[in-house]
Formats: sequence, C-alpha cells, structure tokens
Amino acid sequence: MATMTTDKRKSGWAGVAAFVWVVLAVLGIQGLLGRLLQGHHLANYGSYVTWGLWVAAYIYFIGLSAGAFLLSSLIYVAGMKRFEKIGVLALFVSAITLVMALLSIWFDLGHMGRFYYIYIRPNFGSMMAWMVWLYTAYFLLVLTELWLALRPGLVRQAGEEGFKGKLARLLLFGKTSVTEQQLAAGKRWLKILGGIGVPLAISFHGGVGALFATVVARPYWHTPLYPILFLTGALASGGALLAAVVAFLWPKKDEEWASIVTGIGRIVLGILLFDLLLEWAEFSIAMWYSVGPEYELMMRVLFGEYWYVFWVFHILLGSLIPIYLFVRKGNNPIAVGVGGLLAAVTFMAVRLNIVVPALVEPQLRGLEWSYRDDRLLFEYLPSWFEWQVVFFVVALGIAIFYVGYRWLPIVRTSEEA
Amino acid sequence: MEWAISRRRLLSRVTSSALAFAISSAAGVMRLSAAETKTGFDPGEPPPPDADVLLRMQYELRKALQKPVDQRKWVMVIDLRKCVGCHACTIGCVVENKLPPGVVYRPVIEEEFGTYPNVGRRFIPRPCMQCQNPPCVPVCPVNATWKRPDGVIIIDYEKCIGCRYCITACPYNARTFDFGEYFTDGTPHRAPYEEAPSFEYGKKWYRKNEDSPIGNARKCHFCLHRVEKGQLPMCATTCIGRATYFGDANDPDSLVSELIAKPNVMRLKEELGTDPHVYYLT
Ligand code: SF4
Repeated sequence: MATMTTDKRKSGWAGVAAFVWVVLAVLGIQGLLGRLLQGHHLANYGSYVTWGLWVAAYIYFIGLSAGAFLLSSLIYVAGMKRFEKIGVLALFVSAITLVMALLSIWFDLGHMGRFYYIYIRPNFGSMMAWMVWLYTAYFLLVLTELWLALRPGLVRQAGEEGFKGKLARLLLFGKTSVTEQQLAAGKRWLKILGGIGVPLAISFHGGVGALFATVVARPYWHTPLYPILFLTGALASGGALLAAVVAFLWPKKDEEWASIVTGIGRIVLGILLFDLLLEWAEFSIAMWYSVGPEYELMMRVLFGEYWYVFWVFHILLGSLIPIYLFVRKGNNPIAVGVGGLLAAVTFMAVRLNIVVPALVEPQLRGLEWSYRDDRLLFEYLPSWFEWQVVFFVVALGIAIFYVGYRWLPIVRTSEEA
Repeated sequence: MEWAISRRRLLSRVTSSALAFAISSAAGVMRLSAAETKTGFDPGEPPPPDADVLLRMQYELRKALQKPVDQRKWVMVIDLRKCVGCHACTIGCVVENKLPPGVVYRPVIEEEFGTYPNVGRRFIPRPCMQCQNPPCVPVCPVNATWKRPDGVIIIDYEKCIGCRYCITACPYNARTFDFGEYFTDGTPHRAPYEEAPSFEYGKKWYRKNEDSPIGNARKCHFCLHRVEKGQLPMCATTCIGRATYFGDANDPDSLVSELIAKPNVMRLKEELGTDPHVYYLT
C-alpha cells in the first residue's frame, strides 16, 4: 500500500515535470525561431547595456558546470570515498550545463556563423579568447572522461535489444567488447584526466571572472576578487545543483543515498557561507564611506528598482532558506535537496547582478540625454523573447539529461562505482 | 541642408589628382602598411590667412597625406565654447555613415548645471577618442579591431563576431552595436536612403540580410574613407560653430598642433591612461 502511494506520488511528480518541460520546450522553440529568423531584434539589450540575460545565463550555466565538476573531482582528489558514486553523474551534469552555457553565449553573438574565428584567429591577449580555448579543452576532457567512465556500462548495454542497445553500440563506435587491460587503462586515464581537469576548471572559470575583472572601464567589475568570487560561486551553485539532482533523481533512496546528499549539503553550506563572506567584502569595501565610483551602482543593486533580484532571489531564496535547510534539516536528504535546488536556481540572480549593473551607468554624465534611441538607453529588463531563448536552452539541457538518465548507464555505472 | 552645401563646395575643391588617387586606391578594408608612402596628393597653394578655417585644415590634411601613414597622427580638437549644441555633427555623421538605429558615432552630450538664476549649459561632442592606449582593442578575441599607424582605431567588419566585449571595455561608451534595424521600418515603405551603402573603410557596405556591418560593433573612425581622399571628417565640415578641428599633430605647423598646446586644453578621463587623440578646449 505504502509503495503504491509512493509510486502514485512519483508518477504525479513526473507528470508535473513533463508538463513543465513541454511548456518550456514549446516556448523555447518559439524563442529559438525568433533568434534564428530575426536576429537580435526582439532582444531588449542595446548598445549601451550591451550584455544582458544571455550573457548572465552563460556565466550561470558555465558556473554550474565548473562547480559540479570541481566538487566531484575535489572530493575524489581528497579521497572522500563515499562520494565516488556520484562521479559519473557529476561529470554528466557538468557536460550538459557546459553545452547549455555555450549555446547561451552562441545565441548572443552578432554573427553566430563566425564563432570559429576564435579558433582560427585568436588574440591570446584577450581574456575571452583564453576562456574559449580553455573551456574547449575542458569540454573535450569532460566528454572523454564521461566516455571512459561509461564504457563498461555501455559494453554491457550493447548486448540489449532495442533503442538502448543501439545507442550503446553507436557510442562505442561498434566496439562492443573490451578487455580487462583496456578497462584498467581506462581507469588509469580517468585518474589522469581528472587530475588535469581540476586546474583546467579552476583556470577557465577563474578566467570567466577575469573576463569581467580585467575591464578597466568598469569599476564595478574591475576587482581582483572577481575570479575568486566566480570560483566560489561556481562551487556553491554547481554543488547545490548536484545535491538536488542526487536527492531527487537517485533511484535507490537508501542510507547511502542519504549520506551522499547530506554530505554534499554540508560542503555546499560551507562554500555558500564563504561565498557570502566574499560578497560582503565586495560590497562593504566599495560602499563603506558612501562615496566612490561603485557606491551608486551598488546602491542601485541593493535598493534600486530591481532590489528584489538581490534581496528576494539571492539573499532570501538563494541563501537564507538553503542555509536554514542545510543547518536545521541537514540530516534530511529531501530538505537538503530542496535547499540545493533553491540555491542553484536562484544563483541566476547573482549572475544577472554581475552583468547588468556595471552597464547601466553612463561612462560620461549626460550621455543618457544626448541621443534618443531605444537601443541607446542606460536601462535594461530582459524581454520575454530573451527568456524564451533561455527556456530553450534549459529544455534542451533537461532533454539531454533525460536521455542519459533513461537510456545511458549513467546511474547504473554510478551505483557500481 | 547646411552640411550638404559645405560638402559640395569642399568636394569641388578637390584636385584632379585626388580623383586619380580615388581610382587607384584599392577596394576592401584599409589595412595600410607603414611602408606605404605617398598617396599622390598635391596639397596645392595654402589658403589665404583670412580664409575659412576649414580650407586651412583641408590643405594641411592633404599635406599630411603626402607622408607615409605612420608619420601622420590624426587628432581632433573640439572647442567647447564654440559648440552651440546644434547636433549638426551628429547628424552629418549619421548621414555620411548611414548609421542605423542604435548606432551613433558622435553624440553631443548636453549638461545643465547650477541653480537658478546661475545656470549654465554645456555641450560636449563625443567622437571616438582614438586612444593611444585603447582599452577596446586588446579585449577583442579575434583581432578584429586594431590601431592603425596613424592612430585611428578601426574595426574589420568581416572579422568581428559581434561579441560586444569591446563595447563594454570602452570607457567613453564610444562603441555601439548594429542590431540590423531601420528607422523607417514599421512605416509603409522602408526609405531607400536607409539601404544606401556606407563607404566606411573605403568599401561599399550594404546593410542587407544580416550581413556586416549588421551584427558588428561600430565606431567613429574619423571618417577615414574621406580623410584618405583628402576630405575632412564629416563632423568637422558640418560643424556650424567651427568648433571641431581636425589635422595632423605630427605637423608642427598645423592648426591642431597650435591648438593642443593651449593652456585650456583637456582630455576626457585622462587618469585612465588611455591617452586620447581627441582634445577639448574649455
Ligand atoms: S564585438 Fe567585434 S570588434 Fe568588438 S571585441 Fe567582439 S569581435 Fe572584437
């Protein structure tokens, strides 16, 4: 009876999730078509506030990716055996969020067809070029790691009938048998790649922070703390996402599961608190004497028109409630999962508050009155279309996750780890 | 229109050798090598001392064109006390470069200050500062923008991927983005002048089918396509107050060299170390 109720509840939730996904996908495809057919016309960013929601989404997703990856490998490097099981899942989450990040920034380009120029004519003096090269390397590394980790499971799956078998054979490039030696070599490679991955993830995500921090013209970004803040933010949001994914989607809700989730919860709690400390430094130092180039901008972030992005989304929903859940309900995996989900989703508010405020202040006083044009405004609120494009990216990410979750030996391999 | 008349008058004064240059100059984005020597310009006779200041500047400009490009240093000087805030330079620039919505190269900043009855207004035209140390150049991930030997910062529209990093990096908000929009869209007909090509960087640019310069960062280039043909930048010719001066700061006898040695000269945000090539007289 009890199982029946649980099953019912489960399928109820699955129904809701499927419905939400369909809505996201339909709206998202509309957004995608708008982007492909009409370029940037429907977007609200302009020539002055020239980066908007998509850039924020990009740093958000890429942070999730770096965070999930770093957390899993740091745990691994630190030899915390009980987390080893989530290694493959973490890699998978990391690969998907990276794809989501790349898609978001690709949509943002003025010439999407020219993205490869960054490979054929890079300027390595530019932080942006570094970042792209580093995350390309990281992407290849994550894919290779994922493939190596999944190979044993895929080999087993290759013998099955139907779609699962076909998919496994496709991913194995037809080589459906592996020797013990190959497996051992694969494991060795996994270790080596994992070792390379940590500094790579640190440098590329630190690099994303540096992309902003090196811009001398924007005092709001131009702070040495930024690359560090990006890393802690990545670890906090990526870790929180991982906690939520494991809490809600792990097939066997046994004691081990509970111990993994609550363990990640504790780590995320620590990083979240550290992140808040850095943020306090960032705001308090710049604002203390109520004067200086950043003061007014930060006042706008805290008490301006969009105050709720900071206070409601970031502080209340993204920090206080998760911290409460991690501290007071730290032994309850579902509560930790809810806290993780909240912290991970609302971290987008932090990303928006990084990108937009720096751009809403005219570089020269009076510029805001000098030439009337809808694209030459010093204000910005993302358009519905911009959100729709993000919905597309999210729906696609969920779809890839679902394919892996359902038809690839992601969880099974994790369980066998 | 004032600007059109003055432009025609100036055009008529361009010598036939200018035409020869125009024909011989290669199409495509100008990436002049420092080795390039004479452009074939004959500056002609210097204008009489009481002639319009535009004639003197045009003579000096053509004189400078006789030198190799790396020996020229184009600067602009704007006399804020002569600027009347008419925005003719902004509009002249929009017309010359066929600027679409969202793109502006030379807005005129208007400021009001003081309290009644002691109030004042100030107008600050803001072209690209053509910095000696441009913060917008090193950020470009694909080397699509650079400083020419004569100091002008240009963009290769065909290389720019439209990431807009340079737009965020400019401390003067002097770069804007071409969204591919038209002022007369939404009216019964898109006006033909909006589809006329611009001649930036010595090439014909048709804004069609999301092709460049649509989707690119855009900026003031001191009207290089005019300058290289012996004409002053459009904003200098349309300025009704004769508040905008243009010339070669490497020529000690040029008007701009004289002006930037005045004690009331200043530049915007000098503390950043960008070393702008646009000077203001206050
Ligand atoms: S917008 Fe174009 S010119 Fe500017 S940084 Fe990006 S690629 Fe370079």
